[in-house]
Amino acid sequence: MKFSITVTLKKDVLDPQGKVVQNTLINLGMNSLKTVRQGKYFEIEVDETDQAKAEKKVDEMCKKLLANLTIEDYKINNL
Amino acid sequence: MKSSVIVFPGSNCDRDIAVALKKMQFKNQMVWHKETKLPKSDLIVVPGGFSYGDYLRSGAIAGKSLIIEEVIKNANDGCLVLGICNGFQILTETGLLKGTLLRNKNLKFINKDIHVKVINNETNFSNKYNKDQVLKINIAHNEGNFFTDNSHLEELKKNNLIAFKYCNDKGDINYDSNPNGSLENIAGIYNNKKNILGMMPHPERMVDSLISNTDGANLFASLMN
Repeated sequence: MKFSITVTLKKDVLDPQGKVVQNTLINLGMNSLKTVRQGKYFEIEVDETDQAKAEKKVDEMCKKLLANLTIEDYKINNL
Repeated sequence: MKSSVIVFPGSNCDRDIAVALKKMQFKNQMVWHKETKLPKSDLIVVPGGFSYGDYLRSGAIAGKSLIIEEVIKNANDGCLVLGICNGFQILTETGLLKGTLLRNKNLKFINKDIHVKVINNETNFSNKYNKDQVLKINIAHNEGNFFTDNSHLEELKKNNLIAFKYCNDKGDINYDSNPNGSLENIAGIYNNKKNILGMMPHPERMVDSLISNTDGANLFASLMN
């Protein structure tokens, strides 16, 4: 089974990279732009057929390594 | 006093700290990250550098390496642990220290001599310093912007767990003397038992007046005390 994982900084954590991207987009004339937050994206394939079991494994991967829960949130989606 | 310096692929301050430890009379051993046994040590140093090329997050991969389980076990048994720069980042990734180091606020790698104030001078790491003593010390990092949640920040203040704060040469702690956007100018913190110190500045670079100054020497002298 394949999953996609998006890791983003929590709402109240400063994201200077996102801010620079945002300012650059505004400089390019994208005036209706409100905010940009930058994150990380992973595609993970696990050797499981059971959805619940597979998701549990991926969730564990996120908690143990892929995200730093002090500053980051993650979202898991099926691919 | 016996010390061990953990070496990861990408560590680059491991030899500097080894030289400093030797100069300060430690019996030091270098320990490769793939080892599963740690030599008997009174002090474990997690050195600065760019372990695993900062992949994923600074310190994230090193924080899950084989030797780290031993470091955690020893730390929980009361062994002294010092994490400098990338070592501080690694200690937060292991959970031995709470909080995290974010990208510098100005998005730039900063390598310069700055000033820090000794906030707590009553620990195994700081007893040779005076309270509020101002040290001139080098920083060299891209992710040194200390961040933590409010409850941990309160805990740090209440239990006197803030080791150093960035200040100017007069000792003023303010926005202008904060090089990287660190929460409340925090440059180094202890765990609750005060046997673990994580700090972004490099004391091992300040032990010889020929190349810098000796403001870092008393940290090692404190440990020896």
